[in-house]
Amino acid sequence: MKEQLQKDFDNSIKNLSLSQKDIEIKKFCLENFINKGFPNRKEEDWKFSDLNQIIKKNIGELSFYNDQASTNKVDTSVFVDGLEHNKIVFINGRIEKIDFEYEKKDQIEIIDQSETINEFKNSNSLSDLNNAFTNKCFKILVKKGYQLVKPLIIYHITNSKIWSKNINLRLNFEIDKDSSLRLIDLFNDTSEKNFLNIFYSFVLKENAVLKNYKVDKFENKNIKYSFNNIDQDKNSISETFILSSGSNFSKNEINCNLNGLYASAFVNGIFSLNNDKHHEIRSIINHLTENTKSYQLVKSVLDESSKAVYQGKIFVNSDAQKTDGYQLSKAILLNKESEFNAKPELEIYADDVKCSHGSASGSLNEDSIFYLMSRGLSYQQSRELLINGFLMDVVEKITDSEIKNLIKNMIGIKE
Amino acid sequence: MDNRQKEINNLKDYKYGFSTDIENIQAPKGLNEDVIKFISKIKKEPAWMLEFRLKAFERFKALNEPDWQKPKFPKIDYQDLYYYSAPKSMKDKPKSLDELDPKLLETYKKLGIPLQEQARLNGIAVDAVFDSVSVATTFKDELTKQGIIFCPISEAIQNHPELVKKYLGSVIPTSDHFFATLNSAVFTDGSFVYIPEGVRCPMELSTYFRINASNTGQFERTLIIADKGSYVSYLEGCTAPMRDENQLHAANVELIALDDAEIKYSTVQNWYPGDKDGKGGIYNFVTKRGLCKGKNSKISWTQVETGSAITWKYPSCILKGDNSVGEFYSIAITNNYQKADTGTKMIHLGKNTKSKIISKGISAGSSDMTYRGLVDISSKAKNSTNYTQCDSLLMGNKCGAHTVPYIKNKNSESNIAHEATTSKISEEQLHYCQQRGLNPEEAVGLIVNGFCKEVLQQLPMEFAVEAQKLVGISLEGSVG
Repeated sequence: MKEQLQKDFDNSIKNLSLSQKDIEIKKFCLENFINKGFPNRKEEDWKFSDLNQIIKKNIGELSFYNDQASTNKVDTSVFVDGLEHNKIVFINGRIEKIDFEYEKKDQIEIIDQSETINEFKNSNSLSDLNNAFTNKCFKILVKKGYQLVKPLIIYHITNSKIWSKNINLRLNFEIDKDSSLRLIDLFNDTSEKNFLNIFYSFVLKENAVLKNYKVDKFENKNIKYSFNNIDQDKNSISETFILSSGSNFSKNEINCNLNGLYASAFVNGIFSLNNDKHHEIRSIINHLTENTKSYQLVKSVLDESSKAVYQGKIFVNSDAQKTDGYQLSKAILLNKESEFNAKPELEIYADDVKCSHGSASGSLNEDSIFYLMSRGLSYQQSRELLINGFLMDVVEKITDSEIKNLIKNMIGIKE
Repeated sequence: MDNRQKEINNLKDYKYGFSTDIENIQAPKGLNEDVIKFISKIKKEPAWMLEFRLKAFERFKALNEPDWQKPKFPKIDYQDLYYYSAPKSMKDKPKSLDELDPKLLETYKKLGIPLQEQARLNGIAVDAVFDSVSVATTFKDELTKQGIIFCPISEAIQNHPELVKKYLGSVIPTSDHFFATLNSAVFTDGSFVYIPEGVRCPMELSTYFRINASNTGQFERTLIIADKGSYVSYLEGCTAPMRDENQLHAANVELIALDDAEIKYSTVQNWYPGDKDGKGGIYNFVTKRGLCKGKNSKISWTQVETGSAITWKYPSCILKGDNSVGEFYSIAITNNYQKADTGTKMIHLGKNTKSKIISKGISAGSSDMTYRGLVDISSKAKNSTNYTQCDSLLMGNKCGAHTVPYIKNKNSESNIAHEATTSKISEEQLHYCQQRGLNPEEAVGLIVNGFCKEVLQQLPMEFAVEAQKLVGISLEGSVG
């Protein structure tokens, strides 16, 4: 892999007009990655998902060079119907379109940050990989007091042109005081066996609101890792919803720093898996000051030999008195081959706090099925009804009604 | 000053901090094959035992100290420790208690462990371990009548080699982790219990551990075998003198329950926790593991952890037999600069296995407490259930309470439920108690005892009273 990395790195650098210093930094990141390799199960954070093995098994040899010169045609048929929205379109890792047609042009600024190296507090080697190979990066700045009229959908499209490739993406968002942004990440893959490595950074200023919905719904054979860093100021609210279902492997990491008073974070997730898919959500909520709040709810329905992992951590600093932290993960295992692993963690250094977590996993309740069947439903119908109700709980947590309906339709939940 | 206040003042400092001036025989300082041979020789062990030790030592050389636990500690120089220390008078073992060194008897009297026959009133058989050797075992005759073997493990190696050979290392193999392997190489003494088929042990069996000599590591090994249909309840207590340096305690405890057998293992751990500034104290790195080998067997761990500077301890159950049951009840209290990383592992292998974990952690002062647990239901363990509850109580904002559970479910017919909460003693509760005439310390004591009650009531009666007092004492000075 080392020669491949080196070769692809030299090729990527050639096409970029970088200063000598930036090249040095990128080289340093590459060195780091070469030394560490992909994360494996020996690292505590990857204990339940050995990425190194997963890549070996599903992809084999990866290549890292992406041709950024040739444009891809944007196929408008993939766009979401019935919901007016702004768009950012990535095709095979290349930004093809940024379109804020519904917004006031002077309220949103798009800044090219291709030359800045990201500073994620993320110790795993994937951030090094991302730094070494990302070659276009934008920062989207929502200006003070502006609330986007329509949601922004980021389309992550891959097509059959790429194969066994590593794609690195990076986007930074800054939501200024009193502003708000609704964001949907929509994955649409017709490619196979690629590894997507996505890094997002969000900065929320005072009173800012971010609603981020990640939808990985369509069947595909890709492997995805997405890291989200959220920094929150006073009174800001972040809401993250993850629908984790389509890819072969996917790991979503949320690292949320509640820096300001009364900041709150909500992380909700659904795993709906079949075949031998393996998905993970890892969340770290850092309560760093007084009166902050976090709420997490993750539900899984696992069929066939699929595997879901939830690692959630609530960290409470000794200054963060009056913290309210809650975390619940529940799983239904439908098949004897399916597996659910959880590591709900509390790390608390302040005494006047209210923190709790719960985790439960098991089979569908036979009594409930019996109850429904005795009222005339078939076994299949009862099962569906129960699973629907189980997942509905999480969907109902979505605060944006337009998007809630969109997601309901996608999952096929009937009311 | 009323009596209670006096009692508290007496107890405020570590009550068991005295040391006894007794002539010791010690192995040369350091860890090498010669020392292991020395230990083996002085214990008159058969060749297979020495082989067991050397095999473990071979393995030990290749291992590194674990570092994944939360509390970190300064590096231990394993060459700077004595691995064997015994009171001189024990060289030729006394035949009966009358021949025991009076100083030893006095020590145990101070500790509140009456070894002499008047102990009969108490109805508990005691095996007392002083530094590296077992000094006395009471009630031997009565137990022998029922076929129960309760003796120091060094005696068992000589008198019952077939049992020891079969079971020693079967739950904690010589190839286990760093401290367990170290123990396998250099363990000096401990208790051995065998309950024959169908026998219900008529009294509580108890071991009392005491570290006396300085710079000594205590490495005891306990092996309990409950044969088919038998029952035993076993208690363990520990103290050590106050010393400025840190002392190492790395024990191994192995439990084996065959078909329909039940073992109840209770610990009140009160090693010297170090002084108010965190100086000195015992490093308590213990490996405890029980194997529910037979059908319908049951192992239940109860622990009250109040002592030690650093505790790493995860009493575990391997539920191998169908319908077997594992239980874990724990209270861990840390004060001043104490650190504890404790919890359990429940490994479900057999069908219809059940486990229950109740863990209560209380941290005060500048201490740190971690619950770390694993529940693993394998794909063959159909119809298994686990229930886990871990609650933490924080007193003051300089301490920490952490929960790190690992939950693995590979079976759709099994259920796991886990709950954890962290909170502090509410002002309302305190106010209510004080309004009724309790002073703040008493009020906290009452509330904490209530918080722990679920676990305390699992202890045998004699221990429960002691433990309840200990809970109060450990938190002295942490209020306000």
